[in-house]
Amino acid sequence: MKAEGKQAIWKEYQKEIADDKYFYVRSCVRQNFFPGSETTFLRILREELGKDIYEHACHTTCTGIGYHGDIVPVDTMMTVVARQFAMMTEAGYENLVPSCITSFGIYTEVMDTWHHFPETEQKVRDYLWKATGREFQIPKNLAHASDIVFKFRKEIAAKAKYQLINKETGKPLKVVEHIGCHYAKMFPDKGIGGAEYPYVLTGMIEEWGGEVIDYPERRHCCGFGFRQYLVQANRGYSMSCSHKKFESMKPYQPDLILTNCPGCPMFLDKWQYAIAELEGKTYGANGQGIPVFTYEELAGLMLGYNPWDLGLQMHQVSCEPLMDKIGIEYNSETKYHDKNGNSLGVPEKPTVLKVSL
Amino acid sequence: MKNFGFSLSKDRQIDFDKSDKRIMDFVKIEEPTFNICIACGTCTATCSAGNFTEMNLRKMITLIKRGEITGVRAELSKCMLCGKCSLACPRGVNTRNVIFKINQALEKYSL
Amino acid sequence: MNRKRVIVIGGGIAGMESAANLASMGYDVTLFEKSQELGGHLLGWEKLFPTMRMGKDVVKFLDKGVHLAKVNIVKNSNITNASKNGNLFTVSCGDGAKYESEALVLATGYDIFDAKRKEEYGYGIYDNVITSAELEEIFLSGKPLLTTKGEIPKRVGIVHCVGSRDEKVGNVYCSKVCCVTAVKQSIEIKEKIPDSNVFCFYMDLRMFGMHFETLYKQAQEKHAVNFIRGRLSEACENMDGSLLVKVEDTLAGKPLRMSVDILVLMVGMVPSEGTKKIGTMLGMNFGANGFLKSQDQHTMTSISNIPGAFFAGCCGSPRTINNVFADARSAAMMTASYLEAYDIEERITYI
Ligand code: SF4
Ligand code: SF4
Ligand code: SF4
Repeated sequence: MKAEGKQAIWKEYQKEIADDKYFYVRSCVRQNFFPGSETTFLRILREELGKDIYEHACHTTCTGIGYHGDIVPVDTMMTVVARQFAMMTEAGYENLVPSCITSFGIYTEVMDTWHHFPETEQKVRDYLWKATGREFQIPKNLAHASDIVFKFRKEIAAKAKYQLINKETGKPLKVVEHIGCHYAKMFPDKGIGGAEYPYVLTGMIEEWGGEVIDYPERRHCCGFGFRQYLVQANRGYSMSCSHKKFESMKPYQPDLILTNCPGCPMFLDKWQYAIAELEGKTYGANGQGIPVFTYEELAGLMLGYNPWDLGLQMHQVSCEPLMDKIGIEYNSETKYHDKNGNSLGVPEKPTVLKVSL
Repeated sequence: MKNFGFSLSKDRQIDFDKSDKRIMDFVKIEEPTFNICIACGTCTATCSAGNFTEMNLRKMITLIKRGEITGVRAELSKCMLCGKCSLACPRGVNTRNVIFKINQALEKYSL
Repeated sequence: MNRKRVIVIGGGIAGMESAANLASMGYDVTLFEKSQELGGHLLGWEKLFPTMRMGKDVVKFLDKGVHLAKVNIVKNSNITNASKNGNLFTVSCGDGAKYESEALVLATGYDIFDAKRKEEYGYGIYDNVITSAELEEIFLSGKPLLTTKGEIPKRVGIVHCVGSRDEKVGNVYCSKVCCVTAVKQSIEIKEKIPDSNVFCFYMDLRMFGMHFETLYKQAQEKHAVNFIRGRLSEACENMDGSLLVKVEDTLAGKPLRMSVDILVLMVGMVPSEGTKKIGTMLGMNFGANGFLKSQDQHTMTSISNIPGAFFAGCCGSPRTINNVFADARSAAMMTASYLEAYDIEERITYI
């Protein structure tokens, strides 16, 4: 592998990312999947980086899952998107930062559609006006939340308490980066590094001390696939996609998987349990899995935040072995306690996958 | 083992690094015209068996070359050995002998 | 008597052959070549399809042509301006020299498609991905074909249509020579490494030339080269440095993956920078694919929209060597007939 080759491609796919004054739009599913991630993002931006980031209580889903699942028609989707833009405009912001990759894909697609077919934009303006009496400006800058963390990766590294380094061996940890399909596969020039060799997560990993693994099935989808996952009978197909990736990455013995999409960490984490139950197969050391993180969680870990504030107790694959490798301090006693110290109950042990409870 | 109501899907991808090329290797040596097939399908168009069954000589040759050999025996059993395919082939593939050799390989390796 | 002058720009096959023909007809011909050597892309070829004769034989033939006919040769030329004023063409070079002529032949050829633009194939990123031009260089140098680890490849994959027939890179045309080049190079690989397996991944095999089909059959019959109909969606690097390629075997109707030790990309032809630069200076018309456009596809080949300016070879479209020879001679003929005041345009009865 020639590093210069990738660097040359990264140079070609740079993108404008606003510096401050962000209008943040949350994901409709991430707060269930990885409850600490979005809060951590806001905390890092406000407390570590001193940025102005605003969120609106009336913000809704972008309808992306319904749209990709063939339930929500395109006009409805665009009108809902227009409403989010209206709230941003009303709040006095111009830089839109979605937390979700599919939302990012949806906003990119809508803005691209309006650019090429201005009559569509006019139509949606009419719909929104009739339905809500609102008007909007198109965002001046659209960047995914992972783009923002990428932009400030060096600032985060400067404040970090830990690095992606094995404290025993002093060697960089081996990290698999998995990019959500809707980040750049539809619009390659909207993603940092493009679609074939995305740089957004790689940039963070390298800056924070780790080493990226380029394994053969790196570009394969995690298998979320919306309607595939939503129908129980189809879930095997969804799981098979993750399985293909695990099989391909296993020989490289990755220490962790880093993701930037709501679906990917969910499936790459949870399917490790399902595959272990169904096939008796696990992918980490000692019958454990490969821990999977969102970029906010990983940034939070590097900054020394309490892992249970980051929501790591919600992961299927235990994060403790990784934290031990890095030397991150944590208190196992409080793993399943709420803010007030009350026990939340301890999850059931899987039959095959080894976990730390 | 748990029952989730779903399971892993079978991979449809031909994994050429792992597939079974024993029939191919055997036929290549025993009937070298096997190599010059251009997958034009003339044999299949005229095939006595192919008109009434799923038997497809062109596809079978292709699949054997990729090492995808499940079902070859069943398909081949439909061949009437009429030889029409040899007559039609524009490339001079000795298809009838190819079929004999595939059969021999099936026996040889008990496939 | 003052001889009429012709400027020929580009010292590859097309330029050398049209210059030799025009000079042998008695014109005062000056041939400009931007590098220090005549021969163009042909200098990078060892053996030529379909006969496997040596490329340098053809270069010698061309060299002899320009020398016997006493063509004036300007090497290392850096043309800074080319224009037509009245009936005269003027070409200025970087060193301040100026040349004039009554007619001009553009033979600025093609460039090789930049394989880095097919990002998903990993050229310039993965160690063992090379282009057909680089493979030819290896043959020419007499060095063995080895992986970057220095091992003899057991499996070589050859990808057709890289940068051709591909809207994604903006080139919708067929480059014509790469299918048969793939066949030729597979045979050469098998001759050098008989134990290797060679796989060609193609969309269509375009064996249009006389004897091309014979070469193809020879590749199958004598060398057991494998042909898989399907275009690569991507190549990835395996842990050991080999490449995992993904393709649909469209004849089997199934996706397929396989590892190859070396992956060769059959890079196509694109309009050269020189063609774009000098064609634009002269005000020549370009076709939709960026090659020079003739006055009529069927009847006015080699004839540009500028009276007295003609073109030959791959600046007009991808061509094989024998097609370039024919085209160069035809361009020379059209140039000469223009200088003798033959008005071919008068024959046009259609619009
Ligand atoms: S010999 Fe068999 S394969 Fe050939 S045409 Fe007859 S039935 Fe078909
Ligand atoms: S007719 Fe001959 S060349 Fe054509 S597919 Fe059949 S065996 Fe192959
Ligand atoms: S000659 Fe063959 S490889 Fe080259 S562009 Fe045409 S079809 Fe593709």
